[in-house]
Amino acid sequence: MTIKELDQVVVRFSGDSGDGMQLAGNIFSTVSATVGNSISTFPDYPADIRAPQGSLTGVSGFQVHIGAGKVYTPGDECDVLVAMNAAALKTQLKYAKPNATIIIDTDSFKKSDLEKAAFQTDDPLAEMGVDPDRVIACPLTQMVKDALADTGMDAKAVLKCRNMFALGLVCWLFSRDIEIAFNYLRDKFAKKPELAQANIKVIQAGYDYGHNTHSSAMNVYRIESKTKEPGRYMDITGNKATAYGFIAAAEKAGLKLYLGSYPITPATDVLHELSKHKSLGVTTVQCEDEIAGCSSAVGASFAGALAVTSTSGPGICLKSEAMNLAVIMELPLVVLDVQRGGPATGLPTKSEQTDLLQVLFGRNGESPMPVIAATSPVDCFDAAYQASKMALEHMTPVVLLTDAFVANGSAAFKLPNLADYPAINPPYVPEELKGKWTPYMRAENGTRYWAVPGREGFTHILGGLEKDSQTGAISTNPENHDLMTRLRQQKIDNIQVPDLEVIGDVDDADLLIVGFGGTYGHLRAAMEELHAQGKKVAHAHFKFINPLPKNAAQVLTKYKKVVVAEQNMGQLAAFLRMKVDGFVPYQFNQVKGQPFVVEELVNAFKGILEN
Amino acid sequence: MEYTAQDFKKGQPRWCPGCGDHFFLASLHKAMAEIGVAPYNTAVISGIGCSSRLPHYMATYGMNTIHGRAAAIATGCKVANPDLTVWQVSGDGDGLAIGGNHFIHANRRNINLNMILLNNRIYGLTKGQYSPTSPRGFVSKSSPYGTVEDPFRPAELCFGARGHFFARAVATDAPGTVDILKAAYYHKGASVCEILQNCVIFNNGTHDAVYNKEGRAKNAIYVKHGQPLVFGENNEFGLMQEGFGLKVVKIGENGITLKDILVHDAHCQDNTLQLKLALMGDGDGFPVALGVIRDVEAPTYDDAVTAQIEEIKAVKKYHNFAELLETNDIWEVK
Repeated sequence: MTIKELDQVVVRFSGDSGDGMQLAGNIFSTVSATVGNSISTFPDYPADIRAPQGSLTGVSGFQVHIGAGKVYTPGDECDVLVAMNAAALKTQLKYAKPNATIIIDTDSFKKSDLEKAAFQTDDPLAEMGVDPDRVIACPLTQMVKDALADTGMDAKAVLKCRNMFALGLVCWLFSRDIEIAFNYLRDKFAKKPELAQANIKVIQAGYDYGHNTHSSAMNVYRIESKTKEPGRYMDITGNKATAYGFIAAAEKAGLKLYLGSYPITPATDVLHELSKHKSLGVTTVQCEDEIAGCSSAVGASFAGALAVTSTSGPGICLKSEAMNLAVIMELPLVVLDVQRGGPATGLPTKSEQTDLLQVLFGRNGESPMPVIAATSPVDCFDAAYQASKMALEHMTPVVLLTDAFVANGSAAFKLPNLADYPAINPPYVPEELKGKWTPYMRAENGTRYWAVPGREGFTHILGGLEKDSQTGAISTNPENHDLMTRLRQQKIDNIQVPDLEVIGDVDDADLLIVGFGGTYGHLRAAMEELHAQGKKVAHAHFKFINPLPKNAAQVLTKYKKVVVAEQNMGQLAAFLRMKVDGFVPYQFNQVKGQPFVVEELVNAFKGILEN
Repeated sequence: MEYTAQDFKKGQPRWCPGCGDHFFLASLHKAMAEIGVAPYNTAVISGIGCSSRLPHYMATYGMNTIHGRAAAIATGCKVANPDLTVWQVSGDGDGLAIGGNHFIHANRRNINLNMILLNNRIYGLTKGQYSPTSPRGFVSKSSPYGTVEDPFRPAELCFGARGHFFARAVATDAPGTVDILKAAYYHKGASVCEILQNCVIFNNGTHDAVYNKEGRAKNAIYVKHGQPLVFGENNEFGLMQEGFGLKVVKIGENGITLKDILVHDAHCQDNTLQLKLALMGDGDGFPVALGVIRDVEAPTYDDAVTAQIEEIKAVKKYHNFAELLETNDIWEVK
């Protein structure tokens, strides 16, 4: 047996929806992160509600990218593909590198399985053009049955452990310490120790199988950790990080956290996560519709809470009316939009960046609203915190854009210390203004003061009708409306956001790569690949989109060539062209519902460089 | 502290002279003073429409929001701060057409809101279109040949949504209105008060049968929990059960005495008879029921939310963000 050092490796677990691929992938990434590898994961759920077992549409995948140094994406193609059944091999092989190792369960490649997976012959490997030398073909199901034969578990429960065999085998392949996986399972199934024990047994069986049977034939790999950042870590998905960011912000601001929401994929996990944490005083209301989700949050904001509403897809359309109410009432509100494929119901489980112009402009009237786009699963935490702080301190609704890719993807999250985060100070109306205060009186930065019901001496009426800037009474005065429109705009323009950072060949790049939100990792990886190929490129990524960073125009006009790469038809490019005089970028647009592929980006950018 | 109606008044209402909203507003001021919750602990939340201008004439906290969403906005307000007394004011269009979904769900959840439904059976602010409470055949600007649809009956919708409180008053009847507003406040949970209110411009006379005292003496019945259901200028009529329905009887005729008359039970969990009372008076020979028709105790949503938070706080071991982090699978990189 030879042990090869690798810088990075991509493993894709795939199988039927019920095969537990997400769990196997999660444990593998945790085991790797625990030894200090960098990780990035991407679950690829089937679109079908519940596809028939073994069918092509029922295949579920989970891709893990682990690296000795920093990894930015879950990886384009995998080095190891686990295919738990014939349908998985059929649908997932396209995600594997030509020389990838493929692990299959021969017990799930019987005649009926092949038929369900629409194979034409009884040799699926040959039919797919797979070199048998690259395949670890094992009677996985039978070996799981054997391993658990003396446990008295019923057949169904035994089959549910198949994923752990695959995990054990992959752990052997990458010289992982399976003791870490055992501890994970003991924790996870603390209340069902016999279940933990069964899973552990199967992992061990998978590991031993690899060790005993394939040691002579296959290479085993190691991924050492080169850029360890000491600290305590957990694995976190973007949705969970978003929920944690809201919790942290509410605690820092000393406010109750209120979420008004309606279940919608892929935002629902934020509702699930926040609903768990009642011991932190988090209030979640699953409303009758998206409209009520946002409306009730506006009510909660009026009552003095950190108010959040969460949605995806068509939900953002339904919320726009109440978002606009928060604009004119100048109340704090965070609107989380986990973008998915559209229009209409579109591709509910897939990822896009197609809501940008909608959240910037998709409301009646002049309706300026800050927009922040999280750049990675872990960044969702900071982005949610920053969106909350911005909303509370500037008395405005703020849109937090994530997308299905960062929301479902995960990475190692260094436990934050809330003491290191900036204070959140809402502009509560000062007591000395009692008797003189009117609702649209403004602090120096143009922000309206917040008078929370229950305070004596500050009763007032807000509403959706335009108000007099001085008295707060309903006003249709043309001069006043013009003034109030400008004041609302000015208030947003006054918000300070961090400068746009340029990385790479900052001074002499021949091409600046520009993107926003969840494509950060792919664009960064593309830049690094271009560097490796000797190209001079830089990368600037927008997290703060409205207001734009002050140096945006300067950065965008500094380079000979700029490409704006986004998962839509050019929405950020359009916005930047509107905001930056003379800015005419190249564009790279893809709307496939899938993450960018680094290799495709690299080729496209090289094309622009050579152009 | 004692309050007077004056403490709740603000500004000069801009409704048409004679509009029922003026009468209702005065009763609301009076009821709030009698209830005695401080104006700064009170929030009045409306949607859009003539009647939804009402918060502007209140010296409380308030919001005049967007069309139809008042109940949803009030829900968030109440859940976020259960110490506030929240009044939600809508018209028949705001509450039952565009806001119908929020109306039924606020009732179903039984959130502790005082929900006022000012019913003039017309869209006034948009100048005269039929509303979801306009009767079939109603002629309006948007139905010049008469509507071809049946109206909602607010009580039926409230009961269908499992509402636990329903009361009705005529806007011009100040004591009757103040009575039900106070009852709505003291009822814990969603309390729907239907106010029969006249639009002098676009639907004048819609509630004529009961709009003045004389009319009410003849055509209305004031229902009171525990009291026999009698009405008429000299309380000479009463209601009795007959088969699956009700019937009007004359006391003293055919050997019927007061003892035979049905006694109102607003607290009865089963809403069958309460619904029959609430639906009377639609040209069917029965009087229009006024007063508290249904008032049944039930767990409220806002109390349950708070109670669950307290319960989970006692059970769970993490109570701040730092402790929350520790509940995860954590590894250390050295």
